[in-house]
Amino acid sequence: MVHLITELSKYSMIILFALYTYQCFSSLKRSVDKEEQAEKYRSQVVYMYMFHLNAYAVLYASTLNIEILKFYAMQVVFFAVVQICYGIFYKRVSKLVVNNMCMLLCIGFVMLTRLSYEHAVKQFWIAVISMAVTMLIPYFISKWTFLRNLTWAYALAGITMLGVVAVLGAVSHGAKLSFSVAGIAVQPSEFIKIIFVFFVASMFYESTDFMQVVKATVVAGLHVIILVLSKDLGAGLIFFIAYMVMLYVATRKLYYFAGGLLCGAVASVVAYYLFNHVRVRVVAWQDPLAVFEREGNQVSNSLFAIGTGGWFGMGLNQGMPNKIPEVKQDFIFSAISEELGGIFAICLILVCVSCFLMFLNIAMQMKDSFYKLVALGLGTLYGFQVLLSIGGDIKFIPSTGVTLPLVSYGGSSLLSTLIIFAVIQGLYLLRERTEKEREMQHKEAMKKQSTKKNDNDKSSAGKKSKRKGGRSSHEESIHGTKVKNFD
Amino acid sequence: MKKASTERRSRTSTKRAKNREFVIITYLFVAVFMMMMGYFVYFQIFKSEDFINSPYNTRQNTFAEHVMRGEILSSDEKVLAQTIIGEDGSETRYYPYGAMFAHAVGYDSNGKYGIESFGNFNLLRSHAFFLEQVINGIQNKKNPGDNIVTTLNYSLQEAAYQALGNNRGAVIALEPETGKTLAMVSKPDFDPNSLAANWESIISNTDSENSVLLNRTTQGLYPPGSTFKILTTLEYLREHPNYQDYQYECQGSIAMENTEIHCYNNAVHGAENLQTSFAKSCNTSYANIGLGLNKSKFASLCKEMMFDTELPVTYPSKQSSFVLNKDSNTDQVTQMAIGQGETLVTPMHMALITSAIANNGTLMRPYIIDHTENYRGVTVKNYRPSVYGALISESEAKKLQEFMSIVVSEGTGSKLNGQSYHAAGKTGSAEFSNVKGESHAWFTGYASTEEKGSIVVTVIVENGGAGSTTAVPIAKQMFDIYFAQP
Repeated sequence: MVHLITELSKYSMIILFALYTYQCFSSLKRSVDKEEQAEKYRSQVVYMYMFHLNAYAVLYASTLNIEILKFYAMQVVFFAVVQICYGIFYKRVSKLVVNNMCMLLCIGFVMLTRLSYEHAVKQFWIAVISMAVTMLIPYFISKWTFLRNLTWAYALAGITMLGVVAVLGAVSHGAKLSFSVAGIAVQPSEFIKIIFVFFVASMFYESTDFMQVVKATVVAGLHVIILVLSKDLGAGLIFFIAYMVMLYVATRKLYYFAGGLLCGAVASVVAYYLFNHVRVRVVAWQDPLAVFEREGNQVSNSLFAIGTGGWFGMGLNQGMPNKIPEVKQDFIFSAISEELGGIFAICLILVCVSCFLMFLNIAMQMKDSFYKLVALGLGTLYGFQVLLSIGGDIKFIPSTGVTLPLVSYGGSSLLSTLIIFAVIQGLYLLRERTEKEREMQHKEAMKKQSTKKNDNDKSSAGKKSKRKGGRSSHEESIHGTKVKNFD
Repeated sequence: MKKASTERRSRTSTKRAKNREFVIITYLFVAVFMMMMGYFVYFQIFKSEDFINSPYNTRQNTFAEHVMRGEILSSDEKVLAQTIIGEDGSETRYYPYGAMFAHAVGYDSNGKYGIESFGNFNLLRSHAFFLEQVINGIQNKKNPGDNIVTTLNYSLQEAAYQALGNNRGAVIALEPETGKTLAMVSKPDFDPNSLAANWESIISNTDSENSVLLNRTTQGLYPPGSTFKILTTLEYLREHPNYQDYQYECQGSIAMENTEIHCYNNAVHGAENLQTSFAKSCNTSYANIGLGLNKSKFASLCKEMMFDTELPVTYPSKQSSFVLNKDSNTDQVTQMAIGQGETLVTPMHMALITSAIANNGTLMRPYIIDHTENYRGVTVKNYRPSVYGALISESEAKKLQEFMSIVVSEGTGSKLNGQSYHAAGKTGSAEFSNVKGESHAWFTGYASTEEKGSIVVTVIVENGGAGSTTAVPIAKQMFDIYFAQP
């Protein structure tokens, strides 16, 4: 009977999550008006709760652990509070980003409960505290205009902290990544990457002339070199890509971007020959089964999990995800794919893509180039980390050992991702505010004209926007708002 | 009015231009995400099987909690392995034909081997009707696992098994056009039904050469003897377009630097050309041929013919080996040319070479699972023939076919002459020790008719004497049975 419940739930959970994912993208369509959009977001919340209930029903049925039910109830309260708080205090943030944040956390809780109940509870409390703290961020982001003036403070803070970790930090898995504060291991690179984005954004906000680029590049290079020396390859790569993207967009010079990527490629080859820990990853990526006993063990086990799970998964608690080393952190995607299925896993990627699109969407909508760059940088951090994490798990690229934001176990990763999401929400607040102001001005100007003329004007604008194709329609679709709002 | 609209346009266009780089980055990321999802789908469809069936993957065994292991069937629907539930609900794996299919079907106790091993995933999945699975779930009953229908032909397997008798050795039968494995027998053997009970005594024999668990078809390494002359001939054909002009006068022996090479049973074959040398398997003539061959080209031909190469088989296998380089002395070269010396092959390897010749040069990958079906016989998955590659050109294959036909019509394979089918092949009597007259009996060849197509049979009987007297009759029995089948 229990087996039957898990079997049937496999399909129902895939359907619920697929519906949720569909709404992520259907809400971006141009033809969808505000009302409809709100309706779609509400339905997403319903799907999320249904998925959550279904998953915990299975987890309870297969373990009969009463604690799990209490834990479930606490989570329901948590999600409800988050949704309500955003609904009351931040009416104008992106509901889609809030929903995705909750959904990803929810999937993370479900999977962690299945993998290790203790860790799931720990993760939950970290999430509660982090959420409480980061809830204030959108407000401050929209108020603090001095953030763009702290350029060198960011650089100093980042390099000092990374340096300290590299020198004093505890050695975990051959990489100096963390130090302990009051028994909690903190991984500073997770937070420094955010500071780093603010540094680069404020640098290029000041100026994009050659000297400024040189200065920024030197500081960025220092970050990356320290990270590579402390064997944190994944973080090093993320910093590098984030910098290249921001440099390219700020200077609008393609040859910076191409040249930078080329240098990156050369540096990777050098690193391959120089560092054993780089070679190990590449060897494991090329043919994990051939080196199963050693280097390939982790990736092989990950692929066993994904392959055996197939499209529909083994069902919660039916697989053996704990066979994968580091499954809670770096390889949570494989565990999800094994037990919840390949279709579910693809939907998960799509939800991450939807988050990334919302990050870049706000970057494009902002007027202020500092905020534009911040949103772009954070979006790149997020998107690239997702690529590294999932790509490494499925052997698309060599594994670099980074977490899947919001889903993986790990306090630093969770808090830093929540900060990123909160900053983005702050930008959405800012946009809505400036837009409102502009709308007011627009209305005043319009008052002077006759109402009839005004009507004509609007309808012709509507036609115009419909006739547009190609890139502009794409822009609009990922903006999710109407063209006339820009005026 | 007009002014307002142009203004708007210019504003949106500057905005668009301002965001151009953002759009490019967005597209770039979305493209990489799409590629990653594409790779995920590709992995699930094409690559996952390799990982699922890996012996390192212990996940499959958890399926056994909810699925009753399926049956393994021969191509003519005989049950080769099944799970029987005792009155107390205990499950036992039963092999109705005992040792006959021991190495091909394998075992599922004390580890796994054969189809039981690489078909494990299929046997432990259930594609029973959906509602049935629901009902089983409610009643807490196991679902019936899928059955594997093999390409094995029961009658051929039985014939090979009986014909080998108490001899050690191996027999393989393949369908060259498809790569279907029709029979696979290795002796000495064991009864998988009592494997668990006898396990201690079986593994106490630490000499792996003598182990009953050794599948001699893919893991037995033997000197190829005269069957290797197929490759020597091929190399000669490549180096001598005028091979028809070859002449040799056999006097029964030929002296080399340190050794003397004799023809089998000290026969004296007299005047020969290449065909008759091949048909009569004249060692002295082939030693003479070997002396004239380009050593490095000959070595690379062997490599092309899958020496020192992992064979494309699903069973654990050993690599065939040879020793030849440009510094090899005449003894080594001549020994190699007649298939003695340090050359070692597996019977499966000889069967694959023969299969490529019979199939006009193209080797089909051998396979043994024809399809899987649910317990009611509804097909779940069909396994299709796949090409390994062209081992030799079609014209070379045609020439070798001709040579191998002459072996039957005029040479050492004459027992196969004048049948309802057309047979061709090569015999071998491979000396394996210093004792004179002790040799392994080899035959590798194929037979075909218009209606039934062709079948490759490779036989080795350890210490069986001459290939023509011991191995050829076994192949003949199999050909007779195969072509007598409807």
